[in-house]
Amino acid sequence: MVALLASSARAALRSGASASFKTGAAGLTIARGKATLPDLSFDYGALEPSISGKIMEIHHKNHHNTYVTNYNNAIEQLQEAQAKNDISAQIALKPAINFNGGGHLNHSLFWENLAPKSAGGGEPPSGSLAQAIDGTYGSLDEFKNKFNTALAGIQGSGWAWLVKDKQTGQIGIRTYANQDPVVGQYQPLLGVDAWEHAYYLQYQNRKAEYFKAIWEVINWKAVEKRF
Amino acid sequence: MAIQTHSLPPLPYAYEALEPVISKQIMELHHQKHHQTYVNNLNAALAAQVTATQANDVRTLISLQQKIKFNGGGHINHTLFWKNLTPAGTPENDVIKVAPSLRDAIAARWGSHEGFVKAFSAELLGLQGSGWGWLVSKEGPRGQLEIVTTKDQDPVVKTDVPVFGVDMWEHAYYLQYLNNKAGYVEGIWKILNWAEAEKRYTSGVENLLKL
Repeated sequence: MVALLASSARAALRSGASASFKTGAAGLTIARGKATLPDLSFDYGALEPSISGKIMEIHHKNHHNTYVTNYNNAIEQLQEAQAKNDISAQIALKPAINFNGGGHLNHSLFWENLAPKSAGGGEPPSGSLAQAIDGTYGSLDEFKNKFNTALAGIQGSGWAWLVKDKQTGQIGIRTYANQDPVVGQYQPLLGVDAWEHAYYLQYQNRKAEYFKAIWEVINWKAVEKRF
Repeated sequence: MAIQTHSLPPLPYAYEALEPVISKQIMELHHQKHHQTYVNNLNAALAAQVTATQANDVRTLISLQQKIKFNGGGHINHTLFWKNLTPAGTPENDVIKVAPSLRDAIAARWGSHEGFVKAFSAELLGLQGSGWGWLVSKEGPRGQLEIVTTKDQDPVVKTDVPVFGVDMWEHAYYLQYLNNKAGYVEGIWKILNWAEAEKRYTSGVENLLKL
């Protein structure tokens, strides 16, 4: 566990003196050793009517930014604990790193797998990903039904993901609690945020309507790249 | 086998009565939609349990446990929550006057009422994801006081008395406070029903759904 924490700290610091760079899949922006809030590739209002501009603005500028800030704070504390060789303090930081680092990863992936209709949002996947979805679920519509059932079944806060199993190459739908990130055996392809803050201002308790509307703004091109 | 179904308890005050701390719109949605959904899903799960019991279908019985926990917990938690709130400025909100035993026990445990409020608020704000914060009396009435959090709709363990609870799901505050959950937590103290808390602390709660 300590080694794991140490490596995540190193990853967070890897950028060294470079001002900022973008990593591959997750598009995480890291500047001067700190995680930073990535810019969206579209305007806050561009996903309307599926997701309101107000939701997008608060979700990005406030919620996502808070995960970034708290992740950086946790990593700073981790470095201090490592400098003092304080193993119990390092382990105690694990939930904060998982939650806030997970929140940063998840939202960064989420923004990328969304797109306004004018930029291809909602256009069905093609190529090998489309084949994998048809082969696994029968059709894209059947996949969406299964995914929405998974989203609706989340008890509390969490995410649903289309993932690729790194061992078998198979795709599957998995749900994760709170901000638990997709790591380890599975590779995240497409994520949908099922926290109430992702839809409540527009849909209130009618979350099934949000789950239905989001397919209009899914960026399948980004999902194909991850696949 | 007929089973008694659960129903949504009426609020002990009007939907707008907790303003400005909690808006009428939040209270209406929270009670009429969210709480009602837990009640409906609990009844459905219990009915399915009866059917599965009659069919001696153990696998189905096991698969129903989590639904019963989540929706039964949601019903219990919200029922406790409505009752441990009161409009601001009512006598029930005056901890000094209406909660003598609990007030002393809190001061003994946390040094002061303010110390307790600070510690409880910090627990609430530290919750990761959906859940609740509770003041509980361990192992029955007039027991050791503890601050506990429960995730999602997990209820307080059966041996402990839930003295009061605070809902930290985003649906409890988001329409009014957005991401400022500290503002919601600060407001909660202005509408806490200390008379109800005192009653639960000194006498316990026989049936969480019949307060």
